[in-house]
Amino acid sequence: MLKDEDRIFKNLYNDLGWDINSAIASGDWQGTKDYITKGKDWIIQEIKKSELRGRGGAGFPTGLKLSFAPKELGSKPHYLVINADESEPGTCKDRDILRFEPQKLIEGCLIASYAISAKICYIYVRGEYFREGQRLQEAINQAYEKKLIGKNACNSGWDLDIFIHYGAGAYICGEETALLESIEGKKGHPRLKPPFPALVGLYGCPTIVNNVETIALLPTILKKGAKWFSSLGKPKNTGTKIFCISGNVNNPCNVEEEMGIPLKDLIEKHAGGVIGGWNNLKAVIPGGSSMPMLPKSICETITMDFDSLIKAKSGLGTAGIVVINKDQDIIKCMSRIARFYKHESCGQCTPCREGCGWMWRMLERMAEGESTYKEIDLLYDVTKQIEGHTICAFGEGASWPVQGLLRHFRKEIESRCHQDPIIKKKTNIPYLVDQHLLEKENA
Amino acid sequence: MSIKKISKFQPESFEFTKEHLEEMEKEINKYPKNKQASAVMALLYLAQKQNDNWLPLSAIKYVAKKLEMPYIKVYEVCTFYSMFNLAPVGKYFVQVCTTTPCMISGAKGIVDVCKKHISKNENELSNNKLCSWVEVECLGACVNAPMMQINYDYFEDLDEAKAESIIQNILEDKKVNPGSTKDRKSSAPEKNRLTLISNKNA
Repeated sequence: MLKDEDRIFKNLYNDLGWDINSAIASGDWQGTKDYITKGKDWIIQEIKKSELRGRGGAGFPTGLKLSFAPKELGSKPHYLVINADESEPGTCKDRDILRFEPQKLIEGCLIASYAISAKICYIYVRGEYFREGQRLQEAINQAYEKKLIGKNACNSGWDLDIFIHYGAGAYICGEETALLESIEGKKGHPRLKPPFPALVGLYGCPTIVNNVETIALLPTILKKGAKWFSSLGKPKNTGTKIFCISGNVNNPCNVEEEMGIPLKDLIEKHAGGVIGGWNNLKAVIPGGSSMPMLPKSICETITMDFDSLIKAKSGLGTAGIVVINKDQDIIKCMSRIARFYKHESCGQCTPCREGCGWMWRMLERMAEGESTYKEIDLLYDVTKQIEGHTICAFGEGASWPVQGLLRHFRKEIESRCHQDPIIKKKTNIPYLVDQHLLEKENA
Repeated sequence: MSIKKISKFQPESFEFTKEHLEEMEKEINKYPKNKQASAVMALLYLAQKQNDNWLPLSAIKYVAKKLEMPYIKVYEVCTFYSMFNLAPVGKYFVQVCTTTPCMISGAKGIVDVCKKHISKNENELSNNKLCSWVEVECLGACVNAPMMQINYDYFEDLDEAKAESIIQNILEDKKVNPGSTKDRKSSAPEKNRLTLISNKNA
């Protein structure tokens, strides 16, 4: 288990108070000016050396991302955008950073903004987090008062303004280009890439979009050194991560732990174990709803880091762990996730807009035991038609969990759905709009 | 995307109050020159706040005019984002999260409580016209599941009895305390906390 002094978010549970004086007392804003005077290259080099990978889901190396911004300011301004549109089911880590560690985020904004030559930073907070947004605004005001941001921030000679932009309840706005569209005052439709936002982003200017947790880690990495950070965790999967453990556990909680901690340790030690004991475990969603679930056999040994989870055909994602025990109907759980994706699809690409509804309706029927055995393969085929055929990664996010269900719990679905295909039986099922196509003469 | 019904009842005109006009200037100034369209969501929020938590078409037109945007662009934004209500909702607008983490922790019970005490169907006003409820997707407080949001505040760690008492209170227009109903510290484990112990005792 990680030692308490190695934890970065010391105020995760608001023991010490969130206001700026308490934050400074516990080490925020110490020596920020020195790092800035060491220059952009040093900051980016240090972040690269720490091997920090983005905490928003994709796990892209942060240092590399920051280095994508043009080195010199041209005629267009640069922007830093912080993605606090946390809507992935099972994830609630950014909420705690916004509420209890806002100064770490603001300090990180200053460092990252300087590194990419941005003078304006927008923080995109999801609309439901209204109270958290208010808290963040207060924290920003306090930082302005102490002249830590604003004109000549921290006496470093760099100017930075931070603004909050509220979303309004669209999951897709967590996708970086949809988020930029949303800030521009449009519907959150993801853009085609390339060009990537690092060159053509907000208002057509170079923009770097990063997750809240990633940016909030930066000040501590610079303070304690890249070497310290990369000594935690596993090679290529360094540092600490906030895990959110929810679902059927005795003590659901957020906890900061080292990358590569065994999943069983997280559930048994920190979350007080599965309700009904470890043997009552059915499956775990390891990284927010878009990552495929893992059955109990894999959960015994798996470690929580990007690479091991990819090997197990899943992913770390946002590290929102949802524990499902045997009292739950696993098909129903997945069908609810499919409904989430059906609701949140932005409607831009046909495979996703139509396919997500298809998957939901098929799973709903499978949960009720009304589907035929042939539909299981058909469902798999539908997921394959969506995956990779959409502008953004939403298609993958929607189809992977269904594929995970089919991969690990196919037997369960088969035992429930053993009817013959409807085409043979000619039953009248009212929700099939294309019923007439099943008639013999039309088939 | 969700289907939104537009209210049949539409007030004739809409205008920001003086206070909100000032607020509007502040919002527009957050963005670079000639990019005032960025403030559209903030302005719609303001309009919604002024008009009992819902947006009549006249308010949409008014915002479009203020930002020099085509009406349809603003209308698109209103229908795309789920937090803009295009029909009247109650003074207390209850949103119950029913996505998987909440579902497996018992969100169905909370929905049943809403059905029993507020109204049979979603988006219907209660008998005393004070309250309405709706099922929503993940609200991002999964470790405090099941939970619901009433206007701006989160009510966490619910069970049926607690949800019932909260809803009965708001139906009588009484004040309720937001946050965890279990006397639990934010997202820390309820029992057997193993981390940041020195802070806990500080």
